[in-house]
Amino acid sequence: MKYLSEYRNLEATKKILDEIHKITTREWNIMEICGGQTHSLVKNGILELLPEKIRMIHGPGCPVCVTPLNLIDKAIELLEQGVIVCSFGDMIRVPGSKKSLLEAKALGGDLRILYSPTEAVSIAKENPDKEVVFFAVGFETTAPANALSVLHAEKEGILNYTILASHVLVPPAMEAILDDEFCTIDGFLAAGHVCAIMGIQEYYPLVEKFKIPIVVTGFEPLDLVQGIYMAVKQLEDGQYKLENQYSRIVKNEGNKAAIDVINKVFEIGNREWRGIGEIPNSGYVIKEAYKKYDAETKFNICNIKVPENASCIAGEILRGIKKPHDCSEFGKTCKPANPLGAPMVSSEGACAAYYHFSTNTIN
Amino acid sequence: MNIENLGFETINLGHGSGGELTRNLLDKIIFKTFSNPFLDQKHDGAIVKIDGKMAISTDSFVITPIFFKGGNIGELAIHGTVNDVAMCGAIPKYISLAFIIEEGLQVSEFLKIVASIKKAADESGVLIITGDTKVVERGKGDKIFINTTGFGEVHPKANISVQNIKSGDKILVNGFIAQHGLAIMSEREGLEFESTIESDSTNLNFLVQDLLDAFGDKIKLFRDPTRGGLGTVLHEIANDISKGVFLKEIDIPLEKQVAAACEMLGLDPMYVANEGVFLAIVDPSIENEVLALMRNHKKGKNAAIVGEITNEHPNKVVMQSLIGGKRIVSPLVGEQLPRIC
Repeated sequence: MKYLSEYRNLEATKKILDEIHKITTREWNIMEICGGQTHSLVKNGILELLPEKIRMIHGPGCPVCVTPLNLIDKAIELLEQGVIVCSFGDMIRVPGSKKSLLEAKALGGDLRILYSPTEAVSIAKENPDKEVVFFAVGFETTAPANALSVLHAEKEGILNYTILASHVLVPPAMEAILDDEFCTIDGFLAAGHVCAIMGIQEYYPLVEKFKIPIVVTGFEPLDLVQGIYMAVKQLEDGQYKLENQYSRIVKNEGNKAAIDVINKVFEIGNREWRGIGEIPNSGYVIKEAYKKYDAETKFNICNIKVPENASCIAGEILRGIKKPHDCSEFGKTCKPANPLGAPMVSSEGACAAYYHFSTNTIN
Repeated sequence: MNIENLGFETINLGHGSGGELTRNLLDKIIFKTFSNPFLDQKHDGAIVKIDGKMAISTDSFVITPIFFKGGNIGELAIHGTVNDVAMCGAIPKYISLAFIIEEGLQVSEFLKIVASIKKAADESGVLIITGDTKVVERGKGDKIFINTTGFGEVHPKANISVQNIKSGDKILVNGFIAQHGLAIMSEREGLEFESTIESDSTNLNFLVQDLLDAFGDKIKLFRDPTRGGLGTVLHEIANDISKGVFLKEIDIPLEKQVAAACEMLGLDPMYVANEGVFLAIVDPSIENEVLALMRNHKKGKNAAIVGEITNEHPNKVVMQSLIGGKRIVSPLVGEQLPRIC
């Protein structure tokens, strides 16, 4: 834990915060991409320690939040058909159009909560008379493990395993946010863990096209204040470039082995983002050669389409246009026990971060 | 205990029928193990004498898996109820013990559980005075459920009540938090996670008794933060008294390996279950003596003062983070779930 405690050190963090206060002369809007960063900012009370002129805008990097509503309904449909559905824990409380996966489990569905998709392959092997589906959501970070589960199933000749995939990519989402006419973002903290897989090359074109600073940043308090400092410094100096605060984890070229696994199973395709809509070339779809591992093809569930809850402003929150407190339902009709949308219930959702940790509700 | 002598290796529906098989199970295992003057009456219930005020607490234990690092469901069923009685400011004396067993449970497993119950009861100084055994069909239970009810004499110097808590009172815990929940989680199916973290399940009644002997009504409240963890219990207290709770993250006792496991699994230790931890809210004039007494007791070696009661931010628990920022600690909503990444 020494490794972690060093990055939560009071004196070291305070020193950088003092520097941020010293150099800040103008108002700047900085978006942290990843929901993990949002939670760390709120949980550690960093937002209140920043100068008032620095406004952190919470980005779309919550994999649960951007998973389309109809995909949750598809997973529930599979459960009701008697399929063993395996999922990361985050997904199971997210409301579908009628119920959540957790409620479907209470009604008799065989839902397994796993840490690793390869565990789902083992479950398929142990239950040859049942169909097993892994609910494969997430950004570039979870794509390698999900792809690997398909390769494991292929290697072992397991035919009763498929994935219900909804993988999305960060750079196209950043581009869509910057293209939005209401966008007020001056700089980005890119998601450190996504870059640990993919490297940083794909962010250079964004820096050039939009003339905007991007700092690849980690998740600990010291990482975040350092990332913010680097972004503010660039802005105050009138610069725009790509910098890597998280170089202890992120290499320029990323993780080649992980990228190879992704490219073997997935290819780039259009993806729907919950609350945002379809973004061209913004996700991974399963390659033709591996279509037999695609649950949507195998179970004929492609036609499930449902409208979003109209009273949830998740789309505006995910694009950084509004904050959780701007929602009239926040903390009233919408609470973690009875969420209107995914950001209130996901462990990386901005609404959940504000509901659970924010001291704004104290006074 | 020798299984061959019992004449059966698995428990079946007949062992809950009330007939000869039930008598066989009771005589050869239950009555033999827990023999005492009250239980030996083999009556429908037990007749006992209690002096003064009595504290009663009941709890049901449905844990999966039934065996885990640092314990099993049997000792948990004793510790849990003994501790609940102790938290009332009472000295636990008697326990009722009821089993609901799913048919097919191996007798060897049942014997291990019974032996753990006996050991935990002896260490806690309580007698099993009455009980019940039912057997349900396979699929209608989860190996074994246990209900225990505890009876204790309220300590003559105790005056435990949330109403006695005032602004400025100090909050102490007796040791490392979050160990039990992590130990259980590391053994759950579907989590490819191994650790040597053991459950902290233990009886706390003797430490509680020592504290009451020494400090009497200057101790305002005891609570054991089991399910929901320290965060949820403190939030309940803040709401009950319409006052605030202020904590410092740096003071929360957290063992390094547990802290690392929480990081890896994406869990907040403030919400992870404990079975050998209690918090004491005490008058500020005795905080250091309480801390010293706890640290000199084998059940309180890692005790710490973690925070205080305040008139600021009523109904809220606020924690100062390691870097000096502040967060609220809201109550746990459902079970803490593993994160995606």
